[in-house]
Amino acid sequence: MAETTESTKSLRSPIARARGLGSAKEGVAHWWAQRMTALALIPLGIWFVASVVCLAGADHAAITQWLSAPFTLGALALTLFAAFYHAALGLQVVIEDYIHGKVAKHALIILIQFAAFAFAVSGIIALLMTAFAG
Amino acid sequence: MAGHPRPLSPHLQVYRPQLTSFTSIMHRLTGIGLAVGLLYLVCWLVAAASGLEAFDRLQSFNGSIVGKLLLLGWTIAFFYHLLNGLRHLAWDAGWGFELPAAYRTGYAVLIGTAVLTILAWVIGYYRMGAF
Repeated sequence: MAETTESTKSLRSPIARARGLGSAKEGVAHWWAQRMTALALIPLGIWFVASVVCLAGADHAAITQWLSAPFTLGALALTLFAAFYHAALGLQVVIEDYIHGKVAKHALIILIQFAAFAFAVSGIIALLMTAFAG
Repeated sequence: MAGHPRPLSPHLQVYRPQLTSFTSIMHRLTGIGLAVGLLYLVCWLVAAASGLEAFDRLQSFNGSIVGKLLLLGWTIAFFYHLLNGLRHLAWDAGWGFELPAAYRTGYAVLIGTAVLTILAWVIGYYRMGAF
């Protein structure tokens, strides 16, 4: 019973060592954010795909006109934010499940989170440039 | 670890494929595919902001065979992930966990994905004046 000896040697109480080490490790925040972004993406995703389908075959002028409308700008910025947030959370779980090296795992998670926010911001800047260019 | 054989994760080579495991794996795969699609969406937005020439180059790629296959894949992935995501949210709310219900909703997701994908592409081709 090596574990028992170890735990009696430590000055930390068993509850202090167990805190934050449950199956979820970081509590319910990740799980909740995944569901909230999913909920937001139901109307946003349907709106975006329906819009793009209706714009099939449209030229640059028609597309930029659509992108410049205030509603499109707002809804698409929200879509980008929610979708990249949702993607970063989802990819994090995939990495946690399949990548077991501690350094590689955390490096990949950090990289994906940075990349997700960088791409979301890039998309939103592109939207603003289209909307205010002409 | 002594004495207690712990339950193992299903080993893919010996695990009989079931609708429930298939829909679960596909949710992950379509999620990864859609994350790549998001990068492509940003490229499309940047091209639209860059002007006519860059935008037309991207649009002509979208019209190529490879481009169309990618767009078709993302359409399937989107509708699948949307419908199966609704299934997951229902499970989170405690609904539909019984095996018969899980199978019913699983088939509904697959059929719904096919129907919505076909619908989206028919409308898209109609808007392009194909018929």
